[in-house]
Amino acid sequence: MTHLLEARGLSRRFGGVLALDHLDLSVAANEIIGLIGPNGSGKTTFFNVVTGIYGADEGRVTFDGRDITRASARAIYQAGVSRTFQRSRLSLPLSIFDNIMIGNHKHLNQGLWFNLFSRRRFKQEFEAGYRAARALVELFEPELAERMLEPAAGLPMIDRRRIEICRALISGPKLLLLDEPSAGMTHEETTELMDDILLVRERNKNLTIIIVEHEMGVIERITNRCVVLNFGRKIAEGRYRAVAADAQVQEAYLGVA
Amino acid sequence: MAAARERASLWPGFTALVAAAVYMIVLLGVERPPLVILLLGVGIAAVVAGAWAGLFADVSRSFAEHEDALGLFAIAALLAVAAFFHDDHFVLLLVTTVLLYSVATLGLNIQFGYAGVLNFAGASFFGVGAYTSAVLNAYTPVPHLLVLLIGGLLAALVGSLLLLPVLRTRGHYAAVVTIAFALLFKTFIEVNDVLGGPQGMQVKGMSILGWSFNDNIEIGGVSLSFYMNYFVVSLLLLIGAFVVVRRLERSWIGLNLDALRLDETAASCFGLDITRWKITAFLIGNFLIGLAGALYGMVGGFVAPNNYTFADSLILVSILLLGGIGNPWGLIVATFIVVVVPEKLQAIQEYRFLLYALMVIAMLLFRPEGLLPRPVRRYFPGWRP
Repeated sequence: MTHLLEARGLSRRFGGVLALDHLDLSVAANEIIGLIGPNGSGKTTFFNVVTGIYGADEGRVTFDGRDITRASARAIYQAGVSRTFQRSRLSLPLSIFDNIMIGNHKHLNQGLWFNLFSRRRFKQEFEAGYRAARALVELFEPELAERMLEPAAGLPMIDRRRIEICRALISGPKLLLLDEPSAGMTHEETTELMDDILLVRERNKNLTIIIVEHEMGVIERITNRCVVLNFGRKIAEGRYRAVAADAQVQEAYLGVA
Repeated sequence: MAAARERASLWPGFTALVAAAVYMIVLLGVERPPLVILLLGVGIAAVVAGAWAGLFADVSRSFAEHEDALGLFAIAALLAVAAFFHDDHFVLLLVTTVLLYSVATLGLNIQFGYAGVLNFAGASFFGVGAYTSAVLNAYTPVPHLLVLLIGGLLAALVGSLLLLPVLRTRGHYAAVVTIAFALLFKTFIEVNDVLGGPQGMQVKGMSILGWSFNDNIEIGGVSLSFYMNYFVVSLLLLIGAFVVVRRLERSWIGLNLDALRLDETAASCFGLDITRWKITAFLIGNFLIGLAGALYGMVGGFVAPNNYTFADSLILVSILLLGGIGNPWGLIVATFIVVVVPEKLQAIQEYRFLLYALMVIAMLLFRPEGLLPRPVRRYFPGWRP
């Protein structure tokens, strides 16, 4: 089995804290992996190191056969990794369409002349982008697709999450990193959002997903495999049920009995 | 949904333009201070009443849908104002000043309004342009249209000296770098005898293909002020700058700039080259500021260090805050207010900085988005899915 993403001995230090401690983690193509663990166990740090926001202190990350340990956030996005953020990071004054198109950067012509003076060709690209973004939003929420040109600021949390996921998906990534998509939402909203994510997966079997989540119901429902972190180390790995029964995992979450 | 899909009418925008043009003519025409104060009061009252009655929403919808047509009307309105004052040196100079300051604030708007790079040295770069025309017109036979271009390019080039420190710092710190530059620039000019030192230099008037801009014009028995020449060139410059800024905003580049201003981390996670776009915005902005400065040097006929101080840069920034950051229409309105009001009220000339400060504070308190807030981006006016 070939691995799409592979981390070997990955460490990241913040002062005296080892946020990631020689972590080994492999993700096969087409998998849906759940990354779980108590607060501060290094899940988001792992995402930040993989996407190039933080550098690694030790170890290597390879993606799709390429070493991306020292690559910039830009290069990693270009290679086909995209993500959402734990705390929603939409550009609120911009329209829904604008927010999604930010995620499509690599497919848009960024030339100065094209943008300023070839307005006819720009319009074609704009209209194609609009259709694609609209079709994607429609998958999640048809009503939202009618409001593409409205600012994101007025939307409830669930819609903001949807747009953030659309922004991550529009460029057709190989690997999608979801950082606590259910944070700040009700149980019903979470269920709805997960159905949407599964629907997207249904249409695009080539999409690999790593999801950080605290709602264990979500993890159980959508992941093929779980990795449990504690203090930056991997303490368990396997199917959700097996992992949840693991004594070490229970201890990490609940303390020593 | 049906109501939202209905096309907004052209008329609210057209009416607003006509009203603005008539108001401009009356305000520019009256001389006596009590009348000016009365007119300003009427203007403010009309705007407040209009806002209260919700008329502005109609106007802004009409501008969103019919911007091209209304842009042509706005040009016609400006030409009408100029025609009305065709032999009045003072008013034409004032209107030309408004046009050129508008070009400069449009440049500043790309830097601050879109890319989020604060530039507190706007007047210095304006000065780079003005000194370019002073020197080139005095010592070289370079055609004057080319001098304008060189003024813009030099402002961009001098600005690129600032790029390294500006890119390495963020927010307030980058602003401090530009403040330092503004102070240095004035001192540099003051001690530089080649550039006239503190006394400044004369600037030769513009002439294109033998047409001297500093002679009055006689057409069929009607005599026009020589400032009409400058007015026309300035208007062309403003139209060009407006179109460029508009298209820039309504393109992927405008989207990139907004994205990196609002959240650099998220933007870099979606492949934006933050450095590249900040440089692009800073250089294009400075180019426009320098271009306007080069022409303004020729219009005024004189350059001196005291015209390009840090305080003047602050005026440009306050125009931006007043007009509505990111909205080119608002910037032109704000430039008009900031340039014309102190000139019409000579009594308050001394206190104009106090007036600007009060305006900015009042604006930030009561209408933080400016007189005409920037609407959500529409890539093509009137476009529907």
